[in-house]
Amino acid sequence: MRILSLAGRRLAASIPTLILILIGVFLLLQLAPGDTVDALMAQMGGGDAATAEALRKFYGLDLSVPAQLGNYLWHLVRLDLGFSAIYGKPVATVILERLPPTILLMTASLSFAFFFGLVFGVIAARGVNRWPDTLISTLGLIFYATPSFWFGLMAIVVFSVYLQWLPPGGFEDIGTVQTGIWRLLDIASHLVLPTLTLGLIFLAIYLRIMRASMLEVLNLDFIRTARAKGLDETHVITRHVLRNALLPMVTLIGLQAGTMLGGSVVVESVFSLPGLGRLAYESVVQRDLNTLLGIVFVSALLVIIVNFVVDLLYARLDPRIAAEG
Amino acid sequence: MDAVKRYFRSPAAVIGLILLLLVIAMAVSAGWLYPRDPLALAGRPLLWPFTNPRFLLGTDNSGRDIAAQIFYGARISLLIGGVATIIAILIGILVGAFAGYYGGWVDNVLMRITEAFQTLPNFVLLLVLVAVFGSTLTTVTIAVGVVSWPAPARLTRAEFLSLRNREFVQAGKTLGMRDIQLILGEILPNALPPVIVYASVVMAVAILLESALAFLRLSDPNVASWGNLIGLGRDVLRVQWYVSAIPGIAILVTVLAVSLVGQGLNDALNPRLKSR
Repeated sequence: MRILSLAGRRLAASIPTLILILIGVFLLLQLAPGDTVDALMAQMGGGDAATAEALRKFYGLDLSVPAQLGNYLWHLVRLDLGFSAIYGKPVATVILERLPPTILLMTASLSFAFFFGLVFGVIAARGVNRWPDTLISTLGLIFYATPSFWFGLMAIVVFSVYLQWLPPGGFEDIGTVQTGIWRLLDIASHLVLPTLTLGLIFLAIYLRIMRASMLEVLNLDFIRTARAKGLDETHVITRHVLRNALLPMVTLIGLQAGTMLGGSVVVESVFSLPGLGRLAYESVVQRDLNTLLGIVFVSALLVIIVNFVVDLLYARLDPRIAAEG
Repeated sequence: MDAVKRYFRSPAAVIGLILLLLVIAMAVSAGWLYPRDPLALAGRPLLWPFTNPRFLLGTDNSGRDIAAQIFYGARISLLIGGVATIIAILIGILVGAFAGYYGGWVDNVLMRITEAFQTLPNFVLLLVLVAVFGSTLTTVTIAVGVVSWPAPARLTRAEFLSLRNREFVQAGKTLGMRDIQLILGEILPNALPPVIVYASVVMAVAILLESALAFLRLSDPNVASWGNLIGLGRDVLRVQWYVSAIPGIAILVTVLAVSLVGQGLNDALNPRLKSR
């Protein structure tokens, strides 16, 4: 319970941050050339000034900027993100449709990066300064420097064009209607390359952090005690070192949540996945500012939620944190 | 000069420095080796690399010399990466120094703003900025700098927090120095080394951010940049994959060089950490 109230307090503290972001981006978007009505008129193939005037009145765009901002925030309290002129649907609906692929992609990439980062980090730390460590650390450096979109393109060339093992893009095969397990497998095969592409840079970061934190924990007194008790090496590593070395890794998930969401913009564009990131890109290109603002809100919210979960996990891994709270 | 000696003792750091110098040499010699406009038509489109001695790295979809674009692209990447890093570090130092030195409500307000910037995904904010201010070389550079300052700000603040109550600062206060003198003249020089080292991380990320933006065709289309070329090559990816592959390697090498140099500097300046 103590953990929950502690994490809850941090969650409450992030509400002002969220409002600050919204106000900032809202005011920023006022500077953008053209508004929703311009986009709409362009969509309709032009129209006279009177129609534009009426539409502006309809969308509340004739009000002063503070009044519009107040309106927006007031609607937001009721989870109404406004209307997307481009998609002809409420922004909340558009975003909800696009959310599942992104969340799936992020979860898969995070799991991939976390698991392999952990494994490689442990292997590197066990053989520090010998060839496995050198090899893994070098690979980590190269992965860190690889632009994700470029890796994605090259993966398409190798695995989709030449080997033809995996589909080059899309979320599922739309040519054939599939149900149940086959549909699941189909989606999974579409997500393999995007997951690798998005996860690569995080794999590099995680393995580096895991290696450093393993090396640090291995030098602590309680590890010497565990060894002195006569525990075998596997036991020492899994039960004593790992649990403590995991703490920085878990912190990193929270810190990197935003970066990962940003990365999915690029990766979803490479693999034409119909997700939130691609929606962000499309709304910039199509000047759909209402949707863009909605995406800003939802992505900030996602980051805050991830950090909330990380707080809970953290307290579970290290009971001292909850006790101190 | 111990630090210099320590730097050159690490093979990774030396390799990084060599690669970085190579990229800088490319940027400097671009105008001299390829006096023509790199975005001008040069020959037949989609020539494979090493098939025509005039175009060592081949030509792209519209018959432009890839090698020339790679050389000029080095300029753009280093320029955007460098200037954006300077902007990010300057904002970060300013925010971090004031927050760390004054504490209290100043710290509170500044850290709230920093937190807001950190909660919003970097790349999403970058998209918003590009949507609002357009995508010229100047706006993209400033935008990349503006989304990158929170981490250096936090670092500077942490340094200031640990330094502001040291004896030399107390002594300065007793001497009647003004706050701004203390911040700039006394504390900042001591807080600077880790921030400067961190600049290499900022620069690596800045180069990657710009190239991703260019790949999405949201950066300046009128300059020869590596990201632009990758985006262009995407249209002919199935067969002429080299159009995308070559500039990607250039980005990889540059970011790798910057990270290795940063890591080398870090180890050379903090020798105690290295022994871990």
